[in-house]
Amino acid sequence: MLATAIIMFREVLEASLIIAIVLGASRGIENRGRWVASGAMLGLMGAAIVALLANAASTEFSGNAQALLNATVLLGAVAMLTWHNVWMSAHGRQLSSEVKAVGSDVESGQRPMAALMLITLAAVMREGSEAVLFLWAIATGGEQGASMLIGGLGGVISGILVGMLLYLGLLRIPTRHFFGVTSWLILLLAAGLAAQAAGFLNQVGLLPSLGNSIWNTSGILSQNSLFGQFLHVLIGYIARPSGIQVVFYLGTFASIFLLMRTYGGNRKKKASL
Amino acid sequence: MRLILSLLAGAALLNNAAQAADEVTLTVDHQKFTPAQFSIPAGVKTKIVIRNQDSVPVEFESYDLSREIIVPGHGETTIYVGPLESGNYQFFNDFDHDMKGSITVKAKGN
Repeated sequence: MLATAIIMFREVLEASLIIAIVLGASRGIENRGRWVASGAMLGLMGAAIVALLANAASTEFSGNAQALLNATVLLGAVAMLTWHNVWMSAHGRQLSSEVKAVGSDVESGQRPMAALMLITLAAVMREGSEAVLFLWAIATGGEQGASMLIGGLGGVISGILVGMLLYLGLLRIPTRHFFGVTSWLILLLAAGLAAQAAGFLNQVGLLPSLGNSIWNTSGILSQNSLFGQFLHVLIGYIARPSGIQVVFYLGTFASIFLLMRTYGGNRKKKASL
Repeated sequence: MRLILSLLAGAALLNNAAQAADEVTLTVDHQKFTPAQFSIPAGVKTKIVIRNQDSVPVEFESYDLSREIIVPGHGETTIYVGPLESGNYQFFNDFDHDMKGSITVKAKGN
């Protein structure tokens, strides 16, 4: 039962942390809850479909399809996080000064509502399909099914709780630092997801690995450990990365950072004129 | 964009050309990987066929190799690893962390 709880906790944790960061970062945007919730619902539906497909087909193609789908979902999330962050760096200041005004409306610019929804969808779908398959496996697994299902449910709830704690923690950050902190979180998150996507693209054979142990810190901080997994989700920690993963991480980091500088900078100039 | 796509396609072709691959079959039976330990040569792309004889799905995962793949119950999936540098690479079933194994990659001539 405990083992089941831990596995489900791990599956839920990534999605939960991502949603917490996105919800925190989009504080002050009207109706964001609705968009995130619909993303989560769509993500669950997608997860069920992926789980069915993964369990039905059984060929080399299906293996590649799984990895390609994972890479696509991850890169989609990276693109949406980029959009969100760039938008925020252009409008965040404005938002933070109005964040307490009820019904405040930020004019100009396409709001990243679809981005919020798609990030949530991607996070839930990716981890959710594994969770669904796992739960299905234990539910049909016989004798201990019931107690394991309870364990699994406990794992899901604790995973969501950790996300809520992170969210509440984010809300306690003083307003003037708030958007700075959340945009850094999203920047690191996006870079980490891009590195994961690179792993999948290499798995399919679309990208070379460029060396498979650029460093190996498994002995110091294993990705299997809870803290290791935490850092894996939050900042993209990989204990033993391949070259292509490092390239994707740094490339994504630099691209988003430059985009934020460009758009954020323009905005400030305009405001001072 | 088109350039990136053609580069990707080129990389895929190269990869396929290099697939004069060694092959290993990894069987899942009674919640165990068999063989739990095996060796492959360094610097060679290796095909691993994962054959699941249990009724429950497993997720073959390796942080060391950055590989992650679901194998359905009574199903079979193929992945490629490498070319790898010599060393030890751990793998496990993400749905059951007690189920694990490792690949030893040996330099040629050893």
